[in-house]
Formats: sequence, C-alpha cells, structure tokens
Amino acid sequence: MTAALNAPAGTSLLLSGNEAIARGAWEAGVKVATSYPGTPATEILEAIGLYPGLHAQFSVNEKVAMEVAIGAAMSGVRALCSMKHVGMNVAADAFMTYTLTGTKGGLVIVVADDVGLSSSQNEQDSRYWGRFGHMPVLEPADSQEALAMVKEAFEISERFLTPVILRATTRVCHVKAMATVGERQAPAKAEFVPEPQRWVMVPGNAKNRLPLMAARDKDLRAFAEETALTVVDEGNDRRIGFVTSGPVAMSLRETFPEAPILKLGFSHPLPVERIKAFAATVGALVVAEETEPLIENELKAAGVPVRGKDILPLFGELLPHVLAAAVRPLLGLPAPAAPAAPAKLFPRPPTLCPACPHLAVYHTLARLRKKVLIAGDIGCYTLGAGHPWGALDTCVSMGASMGVALGMDKARDAEDRDKAVLAVIGDSTFLHMGMQGLMDITYTGGNVTVLLMDNSTTGMTGGQNHPANGRDLLGNPAPKVDFAKLVTALGVPPERVHTVDPYQLPVLDRTLRQEIATPGPSVIITNRPCTLIDAFERHKPFHTDEDACTGCGKCIDIGCPAISVSRRETAVRKNGKEVELTFARIDTAICTGCGMCVNVCASEAIVRDEPAAKEEAR
Amino acid sequence: MSITNILVAGTGGQGVMTATEILALTAVAEGFDVKKTEVAGMAQRGGVVNSHLRFGEKVLSPVIPAGEADVLLAFEAAEALRWQHEVKPDGVILVNTLKLAPPVVSSGLFSYPDDPVAALRATGRKVYAFDAGEIARELGEIKLINTIMLGAISDHLPFPAAELKERIVASFRARKPALADVNARAFDAGQAKARAAA
Repeated sequence: MTAALNAPAGTSLLLSGNEAIARGAWEAGVKVATSYPGTPATEILEAIGLYPGLHAQFSVNEKVAMEVAIGAAMSGVRALCSMKHVGMNVAADAFMTYTLTGTKGGLVIVVADDVGLSSSQNEQDSRYWGRFGHMPVLEPADSQEALAMVKEAFEISERFLTPVILRATTRVCHVKAMATVGERQAPAKAEFVPEPQRWVMVPGNAKNRLPLMAARDKDLRAFAEETALTVVDEGNDRRIGFVTSGPVAMSLRETFPEAPILKLGFSHPLPVERIKAFAATVGALVVAEETEPLIENELKAAGVPVRGKDILPLFGELLPHVLAAAVRPLLGLPAPAAPAAPAKLFPRPPTLCPACPHLAVYHTLARLRKKVLIAGDIGCYTLGAGHPWGALDTCVSMGASMGVALGMDKARDAEDRDKAVLAVIGDSTFLHMGMQGLMDITYTGGNVTVLLMDNSTTGMTGGQNHPANGRDLLGNPAPKVDFAKLVTALGVPPERVHTVDPYQLPVLDRTLRQEIATPGPSVIITNRPCTLIDAFERHKPFHTDEDACTGCGKCIDIGCPAISVSRRETAVRKNGKEVELTFARIDTAICTGCGMCVNVCASEAIVRDEPAAKEEAR
Repeated sequence: MSITNILVAGTGGQGVMTATEILALTAVAEGFDVKKTEVAGMAQRGGVVNSHLRFGEKVLSPVIPAGEADVLLAFEAAEALRWQHEVKPDGVILVNTLKLAPPVVSSGLFSYPDDPVAALRATGRKVYAFDAGEIARELGEIKLINTIMLGAISDHLPFPAAELKERIVASFRARKPALADVNARAFDAGQAKARAAA
C-alpha cells in the first residue's frame, strides 16, 4: 500500500521516505527494481512493486538483486536496487566491478543505513562505498528530497555512466513528511548491445577501464562543486558554520536556527573548494555527519581546519539534543540541561508471537542447553537468545549459522567433544546465503544438525514472499523450492532429513535428540507457518482449568506471550521439601489455539474454550 | 506559529502507529506541515513502540525535542510512565489504564509498578486516566480501542474534535460501512471518558 500510487502529478501528500523513493523511481521511468527485504529499506521495493509498467522483485539475496539490476542497466534501461546497509556487503562483489565497466541505463543503488541500530547487527556507514567504489553518493534529508534525488540520481548515472548511491537512513526511510509527486517519464527502450571490451571484465579489458574511471572521478568532483543538490542555507549568526548531509541538516536547523549550514545533497565526491569558500565566511567550521568522520577527514586532509568527532559522538543519531550538548559550549553557552531521567521500569524486549512455531524449537533447545552449541542466524528467531530460552550462542550475518557451526565443529577440542553442534536458520535466510554453507557442511563431513525453521515467509521484515513459499511479490502463485529435496541434493543423506510439525513437541524433541546423537550432517525442517501470514490457521483458544492446574509452570517455560503467571505459592511436599509453585493463565484474547502448551501439561489443565468463544477470529 | 508535539506510546501490536497515522492525516487535511516518525523495526514483536507526530507551519526535525511533548497518548499504563519525562511540565498525559506485563515480568524477573497512574500524577503533569478496554467491551468489540484513544485525545488538539471524528468515521464508511456507527460511538465514549477522568 502506498498513498502515492494513484496520486496525480502535483499532489502533495504525506509519504514515508521509502514511499517517496519508490514514487521517484517510478517517475524516473525505472524498468526494473530489485531488493532483498531488510529494515529500514524493505518498503521501497514493496511500494515500487505496486506501480504499473515495470518489473519489481525481491531476489534471494542482495548480490543477485544487484546483478539483476546490472543486467537491466547494461541493456539500456533504468534500474534500481534497494537494500539495508549490511546488504551492501553481500552485493559488493557485483557492484565493485560494475562501477569499473560503467553503466549504460541509469543504475541507482538505494542503501538504507540503520543509524541508531533499531533493527540490525551493526551500524556501518554506507558512504564508504562511494569512496571504495568510485561512485557518487546522494543523501536526502526527508521525503520530498528523497523523491527528487532519486530522479536526479538517474540523470547523474546516465550523464557520467556510473552507478549512483542514494544513501538514506532510518530517519528518512521511516519518517512520513509532505512530498509533492510528479509525472512518470517513459522508460527507455531496452537493447543489449554487445561490447565485450566493456561488459566482459577480464584483466585486459579491466585495465583499459581504470583510466576511464579515474577521469570520471575528476568529472564528478567538478560536478560536485556546481550541483544544485548541495546548498548553503544562510544564517545571521556566523560564529559557527556547519557542514552536514542527510537528516542531520534538519536537526541542526532545529537546534541552531541562525547558523549557516552547508548541506551536501551530493556528498561524495566532496566539493572541497565550495566548503573552503563557505569556511571563509564563518568563525569555526563544524562537520556533523552520521556516523563516521568521512567528510571531516577529507577536509582535514585538504588543510581545512574543522571540528567534528572531537566533540560529536562516533555512533548513533545526531538528534537535536545531541548536537546542542556538543556544540553549545563552543559558543560559550552552557550545555542544555540533561533530559529528565526516565522512570526506572522493567524492560519490554521484543518477543516471539503467541503460537510462533519458533517457540517450539527454543523450548526444546532450552531443555537440551547443556548438551548443545547453537549457532544462530538472522530473523525473528534471533530472539531465541533472550528470555526465557537463552538458546542461541552466536549471531553474525545472514546465513552464518552454517559456516559458524561447521567452524565450531572442526575446531573443537576435548572441552566441547560431548556437545552437539546445531545451526538454527529460517527459510528466507537459508535461501539467502544458508545453503552455500550447508554444502560446506556436507562436503567436509561436518558433524552439524541443522534446524531449518520454515515458516513460509520472511517474517522479521513483515512477511515477504520468497522462492520457497509458492508466492510472488504480489501474492500470485509461483514455483516453489522443496526444502527436503534441496538439502538432499546438497548432500544430506535422505534418511537424515526430517520434516517435523513443531507443535508436536514430543516428536520434535525425539527427532532432535536422535539426530544430535548420530554423527554426520542432518537437517530437521519445521513446517508451521508464521502466525502473521494468511497461511496460519487460527483455532478456538485454550484456557487453564484453575482446579486442575498443579502449578508446575511447565507451560510458562514455553515462553508463549499468551501464557502468564496467575499466582505463585510455596507448598510443602510429603518429604518436607518446600517447592515453589507457579500457576498459569492463558490470555484467550491472543491465544490462537495452536495447542503447543497442551503437550507439556501432565494434569490436563489446559482445555479448549467450549462452546466456541464469541467468534472464530478472522 | 508554534509546533504541536504529540507522542503516542504503547506496545507492539496495539495500534500505536495506526492511531498516529490517523492523527497525522487529519493534521494534513487541516493544512499543517506534518512529520511523523517512529522506530518500527522489531516493534511488531511485542516490544516498546512510540511514535512522534509534529505539526505546525513548518516542521524541521521529525523527532520531538527532549521534554517537549505537548500531549502523551499512552495505550498502556507502564508505557505512559516510561515516556512521561518527554512531556512538558504543563503538558497532558492521556493514559489507558490497561496493564500489559511482558514475560520478563510475569516470570518474576522484574516487577510491574504498583500504581503507574499515581506515579504519573506525582510528576505534576495533567493526567487523564481511563480504561479504554472497558468502553470497548461495553461496545462489544475490543478492536475499538484505537478509536476510543483517538476520542480521548480529541479535546487536546489544535483543531476541532469533529474533524478527527469525521475522518475516522468516513474511512470506515468507505472500507467497512458496518463498523462506521460503532466507531463513531467509540470516539464519543473515549472523548467523554477522558473528560470525566480529568
């Protein structure tokens, strides 16, 4: 859904940065758009996919997405590839060479940095890729700029024959602000023209491209000095002038209403001469950038005295109160009063949903905890590291559970010999970069049991379809990868591949114990869908029978948010021993009737609502 | 012209973002420049959610400056307490008295505050506390809490409550006409309840 879809040109409406980027891409005449889901970039491709007259797809990973976009751009049409910051690491192999061949049709890489780490494993600064890959970097500050800059990025891409990076941050992607939409420009005609000296990057050809890329750098540097994407926003208080980019410009203007600000819409290559001229008009020059000191270091190298990370933090968002605290002392002003301390309160960490099939896996693993090492991966199921399961030992990158588990297996000495090594991975992550690691496990005879938790969707990012759930981007039927056949083809012996209904806790437990006790690679596939997708079936909820509940607390150990403690009691056993009893209550408003907890209740105190609760939900 | 800063808080899945979206769209229709921001990432998984809404003649940063919220609309009692320090000393806190204890509380690792509403009042800010769930149950549909909360905030906005109500009702009329009337009643009930809770 995007409000901009049917908005006529000239309409001004409230759009998220992601929706604005999508609209801008459509207006620019994009023919092919690709991505892999990742916060905060996911909604860009979701929105583009709704527009007519183009092809949009979530690829299996960012590298493939990038290659699809490159193929389209080589054919002369405009292509856009969007992803979150860590996706660039995956895609880099492709674009680090395509930047050398140079593009034909415009190629814009939209990368969304998670400054402030709302939902990522690191906070890397994607502006580095501009330096590394000799590509210009554009940085919008809000939705309107995002829409306009996507279009401008395509112009620059085709004028200088270079891929262009549009770098956004969470505070652009997920902020809704007013933006005025425009007309769609017709896509170019696609025609792949063979140019082996350019499109076939063997050393002889690549050598010839290097001087061309160096010349392009020079041209882009000259362009940076004149482009209207970079602006000086004047101010009357010239004691301090700021150099900045992206949404920090908004925070600066909010905090220092009268300070001159040079805002780099086109932030790489750096317009050093422009900045020198600006510096001459102000007292001190402060660089405010998220997050690494890139502009600052380049200016220092050019002999421009600046302040920057000596007073500003090296990580996190540069929000108004952060800027005020760092810069006001330079003006001889007191730092603002520290914001009032929040009340001391319990934390509310994100948790798995009621009936989430991952609950079954982590409940089972928690009970095997002393016997297993668990290499984890990236998805909702990373939450298995938290309370109450504590059943995850590592989380590194997409698909890493496979390689990390294998490494643990191959490296271990006597200390861990008695433990089994497990890899825990979701379906979308397995397709992204997990199956390559599984091949390493089978090829090298790794002693690893893989739990492939197939919930038929890309859950963490809101439920995107993928090649193994039988649906395409728009939900239409699509070919479907068969995981059991796939892992068998990758070398796991057929008798070591098990598909298990995770709600059947005893079966899952038995299968897992059997597989970790047997040497060699094995795969257990759990097959219940994510509770947030249409394929999930809801049933009448359960409740606890107060009279029958013995207070054993076993159902609570599952960690289902629908089950909570109703009361605690201390009882004395026949042998005189005191025991702590924990009685449970089920929230029937959120219970979906999956029945997982019924498996662990020996006293049959968990019973289904009869007669039917008001309605069968949904 | 000054900026109106509204902070909406709750837990994942309660409808915080939807409520803020409706407020934002109403502010747009009233001719304001509007910005809205939230950290969404993992919020769907039962975590803390808050949404910042700012509107006025021209809004720069989408983030409400520290301690500058005019109104806090909280869908859950402890979440009101979590964010009360972001409200101006003369600001308003509207709080649904619902208590949602996360697993870390129900398992005994942490405790839920005994009387969050009293703690809110002790900050000296104006507090309107009411049980939105009770109204929803009286109207026979728990999903009405969102509309009830919007009714509750409607007296604390720089535009007429009727404009907000009409936007909500019209959107139901367009998508789910059968629910238009009950949402209108939910809005009124939320407004009345908040007034009475002063």
